[in-house]
Amino acid sequence: MSTPVTNTENKIQYTAKDFTSDQEVKWCPGCGDYSILKQVQTILPQIGVPRENIVFISGIGCSSRFPYYMNTYGMHSIHGRAPAFVTGLRIANPELNVWLITGDGDALSIGGNHLIHILRRNVNTNILLFNNEIYGLTKGQYSPTSPEGLKTKSSPYGVVDHPFNPVRLAMGAEATFIARTVDRDPKFLREILLEANNHKGSSFVEIYQNCIVFNDKAFEVYTDKTTKKKEVLMMKHGEPLIFGEDDEKAVVLDGYTPRIVEWEKEGLSKDDLWIHDMFDKYKANILIDFFDDPKTPHHFPRPFGIFYKKERAVYEEMVNKQVEEVKKQFGEGDLQKLLKGEHTWTVE
Amino acid sequence: MSENITFEKKKHITVLFAGDSGDGMQLTGTQFTNTNALYGNDVSTFPNFPAEIRAPQGTLSGVSGFQLQFGSNEIYTPGDEVDLLVAMNAAGLLSNLHKVKKGGTILVNTSGFDAKNLRLAKSEENPLISGLLNEYRVIEIDITKLTKEALKDTALSTKEAERSKNMFVLGFLYWLYNRKLDATIQFLEEKFAHKPELLEANVKVLKAGYNYGDATNVFTERYEVEKAKLPKGEYRNITGNAATAIGMIAAAHQSGLDLFYGSYPITPASDILHELSKRKNFNVKTFQAEDEIAAVSSAIGASFGGALGVTGSSGPGIALKMEAIGLAIMLELPLVIVNVQRGGPSTGLPTKTEQADLFQAVYGRNGEAPLAVIAAKTPADCFNAVYEAARIAIEHMTPVMILSDGYLANGSEPWRYPKVEHLRPIKPPFAQKSDLSDDVFLPYHRDKKLVRKWAVPGMKGFEHRVGGLEKEAETGNVSYDPENHEKMVKTRQAKVDNIANDIPQQAIETGKESGKVLVLGWGSTFGAIKTAVMECIEEGMDVSQAHLTYLNPLPRNLEDVLNRFEKVLIPEMNNGQLVHIIRDKFLLNAVPLNKIQGVPFAVNEIKEKIKEIY
Ligand code: SF4
Repeated sequence: MSTPVTNTENKIQYTAKDFTSDQEVKWCPGCGDYSILKQVQTILPQIGVPRENIVFISGIGCSSRFPYYMNTYGMHSIHGRAPAFVTGLRIANPELNVWLITGDGDALSIGGNHLIHILRRNVNTNILLFNNEIYGLTKGQYSPTSPEGLKTKSSPYGVVDHPFNPVRLAMGAEATFIARTVDRDPKFLREILLEANNHKGSSFVEIYQNCIVFNDKAFEVYTDKTTKKKEVLMMKHGEPLIFGEDDEKAVVLDGYTPRIVEWEKEGLSKDDLWIHDMFDKYKANILIDFFDDPKTPHHFPRPFGIFYKKERAVYEEMVNKQVEEVKKQFGEGDLQKLLKGEHTWTVE
Repeated sequence: MSENITFEKKKHITVLFAGDSGDGMQLTGTQFTNTNALYGNDVSTFPNFPAEIRAPQGTLSGVSGFQLQFGSNEIYTPGDEVDLLVAMNAAGLLSNLHKVKKGGTILVNTSGFDAKNLRLAKSEENPLISGLLNEYRVIEIDITKLTKEALKDTALSTKEAERSKNMFVLGFLYWLYNRKLDATIQFLEEKFAHKPELLEANVKVLKAGYNYGDATNVFTERYEVEKAKLPKGEYRNITGNAATAIGMIAAAHQSGLDLFYGSYPITPASDILHELSKRKNFNVKTFQAEDEIAAVSSAIGASFGGALGVTGSSGPGIALKMEAIGLAIMLELPLVIVNVQRGGPSTGLPTKTEQADLFQAVYGRNGEAPLAVIAAKTPADCFNAVYEAARIAIEHMTPVMILSDGYLANGSEPWRYPKVEHLRPIKPPFAQKSDLSDDVFLPYHRDKKLVRKWAVPGMKGFEHRVGGLEKEAETGNVSYDPENHEKMVKTRQAKVDNIANDIPQQAIETGKESGKVLVLGWGSTFGAIKTAVMECIEEGMDVSQAHLTYLNPLPRNLEDVLNRFEKVLIPEMNNGQLVHIIRDKFLLNAVPLNKIQGVPFAVNEIKEKIKEIY
């Protein structure tokens, strides 16, 4: 999402505090949501949009309480439908800066239909999907992103459903900005939030978020100091895909087949490695499928950062443009003429 | 040219066009309606067609019918009994014969009665020779052949030529009822603007039909239905769905808001979406959503953004929207929901009419979720109903549902369209600087009518959050406080109840202000009830009619009105819904009359019931 700055003349200098509402935040202590809230409040003063033009819309779930904590306009809507509310709002007023807050159950289960359609239409908004791989608010059932085998209240013998890879779904729906980040890395999270906001169109950001109560440590391998370097593949546009304890590993492409190499050992230079290009759809598709269970041998690391970015016309702008074009073609509507219709007669 | 043709004056005539769904009966009926309306008759129509786009050709289930009554007096129904049945094939005849008046006229296309058509219509004998039609006056014309004959010098293929046979029928009827061809020719010119060969063919056949009447002796008399003495003014013809769409545009215009219409295609409501999507130059934004839930949710999103959010559907779609409508009740934002009712439950009878969603409208949500409900009574009245729904939604900051139905949606009638300056102004209660106390905006602070202020994103200083969780009075913050919840439930109810102070008192539509029997109706039964009551009065009976536009809240004086009569009869096209509500609210022993056949009441059915309880 990117928004034209509307009151440039007397631009107000905000601080994070200006975006904090007077409501007590009621997530469990230690929940990953706190960090995301804080980073969002931190970056908003940098985006140059007056507070009254910012709207947060959410569905239902722990994460969807988010709008109550933001001192902006906000709507806590119904389960799974936030994309539809956002679409209507954006069509009504394309000047607003709109953020859509959702979770894995909200966006991918009950609201799956709306998510794919907002992405295909490319409505200009920032979609923050808090993925904790569990239903938190309903107290611990498995979600559409829970890994197979996970034991939860509703899967005491282990989940048998195959999980969604949210970024794969976003790519399937032709999202124009697809990124993954994580609650525990505030700086990186802020970076991605800003990038998402700068993108014009639907910016899809999957945020790995720890639910300390019902699915603690689900993403620990990607955040813990001892494992992080081995398991995380940081994607930076224009830079090689390097990872490992001492950056000794890298990804290369053999035709369409990705391969992990110990690059220096194999005598490769940085130029020989896979240089990340977030505008390359084919390569993005390969990276998106790096979705291995970190417990399996010879698995690929999990990519973080921006997978893909593409400029494409924004839906609500086209809707409004069409209105203007029709006005130009037929002239501003004349209500009396419309009431009258084409064939009339007079009764004396 | 035949001699000795006389004109017989008729007050009103009912014509039914019946044929295969590919025979163009709807178009023929619509053209015949428009021409009569333009001439100055009062008209009421009833299109009746199968749910399938291409129902099996020639079969009984594939019959498409268009019935209309036109007259020189005021016409309120498409007619109980048919004076002239046009049957394009055997199936069209056999499935509609029971509607024809004894001694009535049947015009048949003999080509539609060959062995194949008889077999498809499951008719062992040819009804044209079996004696089945002995009690009727039958006019046999080989319309297919004459049409092909008329087009034999054109380049059209036989198939293409045959397709214009409905124009022959239309031309013939214009001769029979002494109407001009102009309006239909103009229509054809527009329709075939880019297909000159088809335009020429259709006009040729239309004229051939007219001349055939003139040149032959099939009828020795023609009929004259004089202009109706309608109230003075400018008229046009309009269908219910078109009136609904125009009503929304008018309401948006008069309130200064942009119209947002979120919808998902569904029979019989889709024409509203079609009509609105043509009208973008009125700042109409239409959104064909991915499903019914998205349609209503987007409309609420648009209302949150300061537009007039409207969604429309039919019963099954409305069921899907209900959770979001509950949210709109909590958010207290304007929202108009149009339900063009059809036969239910479930998928039911998509193209047939019914009034069985009244309970759904009034009660169909989780929790205590009062919803204002308004019903349209005639096709043109859909304009008033939706306008009023929008006015209440905006001025009372609440969702309002309007109930139309398949019969109103597709039916049409002459409409004395209003002057823009006579439309009631609509004032959105937008928040003002003066609504801030100590720089704080209280989104759930209310005025005397219990209406909250509308603060729209973009308005500086009014930033606030709304949502589906119970909210604290005044601040709108989330609150689980028991006392507060009860207070808010009662407040939302009182707010909707208060609308009763902003709507007209219930009037008696027909008959005396008090007396023996009151027939109370709502929605599209209006015309049949009105005609039945008028006829009973003419016969010397003490019967009156009252018709409800406002179903929730009910008019303040309704109980008083009902109590002025010994008996109250409630005819409905459902299994008894308004009657429940009336009994429940007023402990009154109202008598139900129910018809659940997917077709409107005949006047006689209501008259018989009035006489039975009289
Ligand atoms: S249940 Fe989990 S996700 Fe929900 S607030 Fe608690 S820790 Fe956070």
